[in-house]
Amino acid sequence: MLGFLNQPAGFDIGETGLLVFDAAQPLWRALLVGLGNTLRVSLPALLMACLIGLLVALGRTSGSRTWRALGGVYVDTVRNTPLLLQLLMWYFLLIEWLPDSTQAISLLPGVWLSKGGLAFPWYGPVEAGAGWAWSWPQQDTFNVVGGAAVSPEYLSLALALSIYTGAFLAEVIRGGIESVPSSLMEAAETLGATRLQQISRVLLPQALRTIVPAATNQFLNLIKNSSLAVAVGYPDLVSVGNTALNQTGRVVECVLVMMSVYLALSLSTAALMNWFNARHALKGPA
Amino acid sequence: MQVRSLPGLALALACAALAPHAWAGKTLDAVKQRGQLQCGVSTGVAGFSAPDAKGRWAGFDVDFCRAVAAAVLGDPQKVAFTPLNAQQRFTALQSGQVDMLSRNTSWTLTRDASLGLSFTAITYLDGQGFLVPKKLKVDSAKKLKNAQVCVQAGTTTEKNLADFSRANKLAIKPVVFDTYEAGFKALFAGRCQAYTADASALASIRNKEAPNPDDYLVLPELISKEPLGPAVRRGDDEWFAIVKWTVFGLQEAEELGLTRANVDQLLKTSSDPAIQRLIGSGEDTGKLLGLDKAWLYRAIKAVGNYGEIFDRNVGAQSPLKLPRGANKLWNKGGLIYPPPIR
Repeated sequence: MLGFLNQPAGFDIGETGLLVFDAAQPLWRALLVGLGNTLRVSLPALLMACLIGLLVALGRTSGSRTWRALGGVYVDTVRNTPLLLQLLMWYFLLIEWLPDSTQAISLLPGVWLSKGGLAFPWYGPVEAGAGWAWSWPQQDTFNVVGGAAVSPEYLSLALALSIYTGAFLAEVIRGGIESVPSSLMEAAETLGATRLQQISRVLLPQALRTIVPAATNQFLNLIKNSSLAVAVGYPDLVSVGNTALNQTGRVVECVLVMMSVYLALSLSTAALMNWFNARHALKGPA
Repeated sequence: MQVRSLPGLALALACAALAPHAWAGKTLDAVKQRGQLQCGVSTGVAGFSAPDAKGRWAGFDVDFCRAVAAAVLGDPQKVAFTPLNAQQRFTALQSGQVDMLSRNTSWTLTRDASLGLSFTAITYLDGQGFLVPKKLKVDSAKKLKNAQVCVQAGTTTEKNLADFSRANKLAIKPVVFDTYEAGFKALFAGRCQAYTADASALASIRNKEAPNPDDYLVLPELISKEPLGPAVRRGDDEWFAIVKWTVFGLQEAEELGLTRANVDQLLKTSSDPAIQRLIGSGEDTGKLLGLDKAWLYRAIKAVGNYGEIFDRNVGAQSPLKLPRGANKLWNKGGLIYPPPIR
C-alpha cells in the first residue's frame, strides 16, 4: 500500500534544513525532509516559548505593578487571538519590512537578512555524497547564496509559535508558582538566599510538579500547530505531504502517513514529559 | 460543502470510499433531477474563471460549464460554481461535490490514469512560463540561477519547475504556496524573483493583479506543454461523452461559421447537412447522448462558438489580448481539431 513512497518525488523543496534533497529522490525522503522541517521549527520554538513563558510568569507574580500589567496585557492579547492570524501578521510584517533579496543587509560578517531569509555561515553537507565543509554566504545576483539560511516563512512560524505558546505557558507556570507556599520563599530568605537562588533552588523545583503535566499539553499543541506552516508556504510535514498527495493522488495513504507521524511525535513527547514528571515527583510519603 | 481542510478532505474521502460506484452512469440523471450543474472552477483567474462586477462567474472555463448546462438543462444559468484550489480540485470531483471540473488543469498520464477522472477534451493549449519584475533585468528563464521562484503546490507547474531547474543546473529554490493568490502576492511583495504558472494565467495575473502591469514581464520561454480542458469522474461514459462532445461541438461550430448571432437564422434557413446536424434541424445527434435534438443549438446560443468564447474572454476582445496561437482551428494553422459531429 505504501510502495508509491519509493517513486521519485518530482518536486523540489525550497528549504531542507540539514537534509539534502532533490526532485529525483523518493517520496518518503521528501516526507522525511518535511518532518525534519517540522522539528526544525518546533524545537527552537518550544525552547523560546518556555523562556517567554517563564519570564512572563515571573513578571506576573513579581512585586512590580508595571511588570504585572505588561504580562497581563501580553497574555490576554496573544491568548485570545487566533494563531493563524498572528502567523499571517508576522509573515506579512517580515515580507513588508525586510529589504529585497537583491539588496540584503549584512547584520554581521557573513550574516545577511532580506526577504530571501536569514543567511549565516554553516558547516554541513554540501551536496549529496560530497562531504561536509564550511560554507560562507555572499550576495549573488538574486539572492544571498551559500551558508545556511532560514526563510521568512520559517522565521514567522517560529516567532508566532513561540509567542502564542509562550502566553499559555506563562499562565501554566504562574499557576505552578502560585501553588508554592510563600512561607517556603520566606524561609529561604531567612537563610540568606538571594532572590535568584530563591527562584532557582526553592520556587521552580516545587512549582515544576504542577507545571509539567499542564505544560505537556502546550508542547503537544505547539508541535501540531506547526502544521499551520501551510498558510505561509513553509515546507513542513503537512505541506510536503499535501503536495505528495496531490501529485500522486494517493490521498488516503498520504493522510494516514502524516497522521501516524504526528501521533508518533506526540506520543514520544508525552512519554518524555511523563518520564520527566515521574523523576521530579515527590518520592515516598509526602 | 466545500472541502477546505484536511478533516473535510478525510470526510469527503470516507464518503467516496463508501460509495465507489453510486455515480456510474448516473451523473446526467443527478444533474437533471437537481436542475443544476455543479461545476468546479479555479478560485479566480481573470479571463478564465472569476466573478465579474456583478458577482457572476465569468470567463473562458466558466463558459464551458454554461454550455454544458445549456445543452443538458436548457439554461446556461443553471450552474452552481465551486471555486477550488489546486489541492482541492481532484478530491472535489472524485467525491461527487462537482459534476465536472472546468479549471486550468493539465491533462497528464498520471492524472488520467490514477486519479479516478477522465479528461474530456482540450479547450486551451498552454505552456508554463515565468513572470518576473522588469527591474531584475532578466530576459530569459535560463538566467534564473539561484533565484527563488513562487509556485502553487500540487501542480504540474511545480514538477516542471524541478525538471527545468535540474536540466539547466539552475538551483532554483521553489517557494511553495497552497493557493494561487498567495503565490503571486508573494511575487509582488518581493519574496520571490519570479512566479511560475501557465502562460495564460501569468497574462491574467500581470493584467489584473499586478500593482503596475508595466513593471512585470512574462519571459519568452515556455518550458512545458499544458493541455487544459474539462475533466469528469471516471466510470460514467455517458456523462463523459456529453461534456466531451459539447466542447467538440463548439469547436466545430466555429469551423462551420455558426455564431451566437446567426444560429437562429441558420436554424431556419441552412440547407448544409453539417450545420443541420449541429443545430438539430437535420439528423438528431442529441439522442445518442441521451439529450434532445437542440442540445448544441442551445449551447451555441448561450455562449457562442469556440472562437467567440476565446475572443470574448481571453483573446482580442478581452483585456488579456492573448494570441490564439496554437488554439486556432486546424484549418487556420492551429491545433484545434474537433472530431466530426455526425
